[in-house]
Order: sequence, then structure tokens, then C-alpha cells
Amino acid sequence: MYRYSEFDTAFLAERNAQFRAQVERRIDGSLTEDEFKPLRLMNGLYLQLHAYMLRVAIPYGTLNSAQMRQLALLAEKWDKGYGHFTTRQNIQYNWPKLNDVPDMLDALSEVGMHAIQTSGNTIRNVTADHFAGAAADEVADPRPYAELLRQWSTDHPEFQFMPRKFKIAITGSENDRAVIKAHDIGLQLVERDGVLGARVIVGGGLGRTPMIGKELSDFVAFDDLLAYLEATVSVWNQIGRRDNKYKARIKITVHEHGIDAIRSKVNERFLQTRPQFKGADMNLLEEIKGHFAPPTYRDGSVVSFESAYTNDPVFRSWVDTNIAPHKNADHAIITISIKKHGATPGDATAEQMRVMADLAEEFAYDELRISHEQNVILPHVHKSDLPAIHAKLKEYELATANIGLISDIIACPGMDYCALATARSIPVAQQIATRFDELKLEHDIGHLKIKISGCINACGHHHVGHIGILGLDRAGVENYQITLGGDGTDTAAIGDRTGPGFAYDEIVPAVERIVEAYLEQRESAEETFLETYRRVGMAPFKAALYPEAQANAA
Amino acid sequence: MARAFTPKVVTANDLLEGDVIYQTEDDRWSRDLAEAELITDEAHAQVRLLDAARQASKIVGAYLADAAAGESGPEPTHFREDFRRTGPSNYAHGKQETSQQPRT
Repeated sequence: MYRYSEFDTAFLAERNAQFRAQVERRIDGSLTEDEFKPLRLMNGLYLQLHAYMLRVAIPYGTLNSAQMRQLALLAEKWDKGYGHFTTRQNIQYNWPKLNDVPDMLDALSEVGMHAIQTSGNTIRNVTADHFAGAAADEVADPRPYAELLRQWSTDHPEFQFMPRKFKIAITGSENDRAVIKAHDIGLQLVERDGVLGARVIVGGGLGRTPMIGKELSDFVAFDDLLAYLEATVSVWNQIGRRDNKYKARIKITVHEHGIDAIRSKVNERFLQTRPQFKGADMNLLEEIKGHFAPPTYRDGSVVSFESAYTNDPVFRSWVDTNIAPHKNADHAIITISIKKHGATPGDATAEQMRVMADLAEEFAYDELRISHEQNVILPHVHKSDLPAIHAKLKEYELATANIGLISDIIACPGMDYCALATARSIPVAQQIATRFDELKLEHDIGHLKIKISGCINACGHHHVGHIGILGLDRAGVENYQITLGGDGTDTAAIGDRTGPGFAYDEIVPAVERIVEAYLEQRESAEETFLETYRRVGMAPFKAALYPEAQANAA
Repeated sequence: MARAFTPKVVTANDLLEGDVIYQTEDDRWSRDLAEAELITDEAHAQVRLLDAARQASKIVGAYLADAAAGESGPEPTHFREDFRRTGPSNYAHGKQETSQQPRT
């Protein structure tokens, strides 16, 4: 865990004091909303449909038990007793009052957290593989570098008024759990000849113009990486389009200029930025690495785990879906599902947050992670502790065994909260999860990711869902478009549209027909939905979705 | 030809609470759409919107929203305004738990 230095603490205190004064000036009338809005956005405060919303960064999704408890405190003291974990590893509070927000920010700063750069045309919260530091398949823990990026990008003078927002994701594994190809910059740590560096992907993004990122460089050594990234952002800052906000993201710049032209501009600019980095960043990285030293894994017998696994079918089912391999064979990574069937994806109550904090402190070396899939991770758990953790999670409705299954749905807040939304997404997710739970089919269906967005901005990552659902306003009525075959991993792909959309009350039956078609088409229970789709293509799914069109054509 | 003017209400969010509010005929802000002034004249609508915009230390983001006359006052004509007057559908939060009136 990164521990704040005196500089970090002082910076945050000053920033919070400034914002407190800005809020006072807004309330006493000395600032207009036009003047105040950019100031509040810089501090993560939005005004949504029914209330303000405070978006708090959870840098690279990592937090400790004290931080999780503080998030619970904020939920209870200043909100309605819950928080919403987002696809950007942030937490959002949906009901803060304007004059409470400065106190909320001060409370966050007590545990080294903030809401800076969770909005606006800045470099946003750097996201990372939620299994970072624990995954069996990683080259190196990406979080020290993510922390370096956080420090580099926070209040970076050159990058405060960019054409548009800028999102960086980082992973230490080839097996991409951080959706790096759908970010403005995606970094994959790689080792070459004993030197650590990164493969740099640029120009990915979802939204109204979805693009899969392209490789800008197959290897940049750590020594050069910050200078290289500064060169990249700076090239875009200069030539990115400011005339049209819908064409301002770097994905459009890359698309319009071509990756080769962008690469040569970056290389040219890199010659200027490189000498400005004189090694202080590398010294800092070394220091940061110390903060992320792996815990001393405890030894112990795993017999109790094995016996529980054999004898308790509920526990076994949970282990089979929610546990991932840890780099230490006697340990495991737990994904706690924040997707109980019928509940709002990503919402955790203050009580649940405290339970997860307690479990982290008692069993998981005090570490928690938030995944972009809106779940909570205990990254380091000795296997013998799994039965006790599972029992505790069950008590608090946190033991749903559905990770990677059809009810583990990503859904943006949609029109239940968001001012930009064109339709609801949460109730659609709730109904799909409830329906497939009733059918008792989800374990049979297997690995299937549904992602739902309530508008084309695609916060719900629908383009990369195996089944993507996009809620739109069609002539004053909610309408849902479906895409199939999207993929957010290292084999990233944008889903294909099936055809005309479905009304609010037709969308769940439509998803059911897609799943039925998959079950008919798959060659074996091992062939996943995505594999089947890639093998058979759109036709059988279209036939299942639009039987009338099929009948008319016949 | 210009489109015919459809009835409107002036709506905004309360500065402190963020809650959805509506301008009434007697110049209050109500949390209840049914109490809003239903404006049927375009010029009057512009005047009322200006009246709202002058109250910057009480409200945020005033605009004219389409509405129709209903039995007990104005009603929304679009689902977005229907959600705004009701609150979220996943919890009985916001207007569904309180009918407290904003500062006048």
C-alpha cells in the first residue's frame, strides 16, 4: 500500500481547504454556477438527476481496511448508507449535500484518499488489474508504476486543460483483466532481456465511437516510460481536436492521423521530453516499490480447505466461481460478488464495507481491491481461511457464487441517477440476474459477461460485453440495442449489433432467447458463449431474436 | 414553420440538496411537480426562466421541461422528467422517502 508522504498530505489539505472556501463562496452567492462548476468537477463533485454525486478515486483499485472503513463512514454519515463501486475502480456517493462535501473530502484525506481528477479534462484515476500483486500469471506488480503515474498526472501543469479526459489502464499480465485496449493508453508490463518495461497501447476507447487500441510501442523500458507517456499525451494535447468534443479523444486523433504518424510524432517529441527526466522518477519508483512489497505469506496446512471443499457443496460452488489462482500455491484470490441476484450491481452497504474491511484485516494482509467489474477482491488469502471467510460473507449477503457468470453484470447507474443517461440500466441488470437465478441455469451457461450502459458514453462497457446492452431514448421511449461478441480481454473486440432494439419489457426475454440459442448451438458444455459466437457467427442469434423477420423472409 | 409551443414547467435542482424542484406560480420552489406553474405561453415561459436564473444562490441549472395538464396539476410527458419527479427505481430514495419542502 502506498503511504502518503508529508508532501502528499500537505497538498491534499491545501486543496481541500481551497474547495471548502469555494463551496462557501458558491453558497453565499459570490460564485455563479458557471464559475463554480469547473471547480467542483475538479474535486469529483457532479450534479446528477436527483442529487449531487461525489466520485472518490480508489487509485488502481487498491485500498486497505482503514480506507474501506472510512468509505463506510462516508456512506453512513453523509449519504444513504451505501456506496456504488464503478467500472473505473472509483466509488460514488449518490446523495451528498453540497455543504457536507468539504467534510467528506477532509474525512477521505485522513486515510490518504481524494476525489481529485475523477472528472474534467484531465488524466483520470489510473486503473489496474484488480489481481495485481497476487495473480499467478503476472510479470510484475503494476501498482508501483500506477502510483508513479498518479503522482505524475496529479496537477500536472501541462495536462490540466486537455482536449478531453484521458484514461490510463495498466496490467502486469498478458491475460488482460484491466481492459487496456479500451483505454486512451493501455500499458502491459513486459520483461525483455531482464529489463522491465511496458508495451504501450494507444487510442482505445468505448463511447460513441468504440475503438480497440493500437500498439504504439512493443517495449519501452521503465527508465524511459514516463518521458514516453508525457510525449504521447503532449502530442495529443497539441494536435487533438478541440473543435468537436465528440472527436477530441485520442482514439480519434490516432484514427485520423494513423498509428504510424502518431508514433513518429511521439518519437520526435520524446527526444525533447526524455532529457527532462533525469532519473528522479526512477528513484521515486524504487521508493514506491517498497510500499508495495508483497506480504510475508504465512505457511500452514490447507487440509481444512480441502475437506470443506469436498463436504460442503455451497462452499465448493463458491470456490469454483469466485476464487482465482494466487502466485503462492497455498493462497488464493477471492472475488467477493457485489452482484447478489436482484441487487444493484456494485452497491455495497456501509455494513458490508465494514465486514469486508474486517475480513481483509483479519485474513488478507489488510488488502482489498475494487475491480472494474464492480466487485471487491481479497487478493491474498491463505486457503485454510477460505471456509471462515465464506461463512462470514454468507451472513452479509456477500457470498453469491456468480463471478464471470450471467448475473455478474456490469451496469452503469443509468437514468436512475445519471444526468447524461438516455435509459435505465440498473433495473435491466436486476431483472436479468433474477430471471436466470429463477431458471437455475447460470452455472450451466458458464462464462458469460453481460454489460449494460444507459447511454452511448458506454460507462457500462457494453461494447466489450459478450452480450452488450445499450439503453437509448427512441421517440420518447426506452429502447435497448444488443451487441454480441464483444470482449474486453487481450483478445479484445467490439461487439456486433444484432439489429433493431427492444423495448424495456422486451429486453429480458430477448436476452433469454440469445442464451437459449447459445445452449442449442454450443458443441459442448466447455464451449463458452464467446467461443460459440466466434464459431457460428450472428445468424442463429438473429434468428432467435427476430423470429418474425425470419418468418417474413421465408 | 416554427414548431408549436408545448406547455412547460420551470425546473431546476436545489443548490444545497441537489433535489429536483419546480417553480410555482406564486414564486416558490416546490419539490412536487403537481404544484408547478404550467406555462402555456412562450413569451411568459422565457420570462419565468429568467426569473429562475436570477436565483442563482438557491438553485442550479434551471430549464423549461415539457409537461401536460393532469388532474392534480402538471404531469411529465417524457420518461426522463417522470424519473426526475419520482426518484430512482432501485431504492425508495429521494422524493420517495421525503416530501420536505425546500427553502423559500
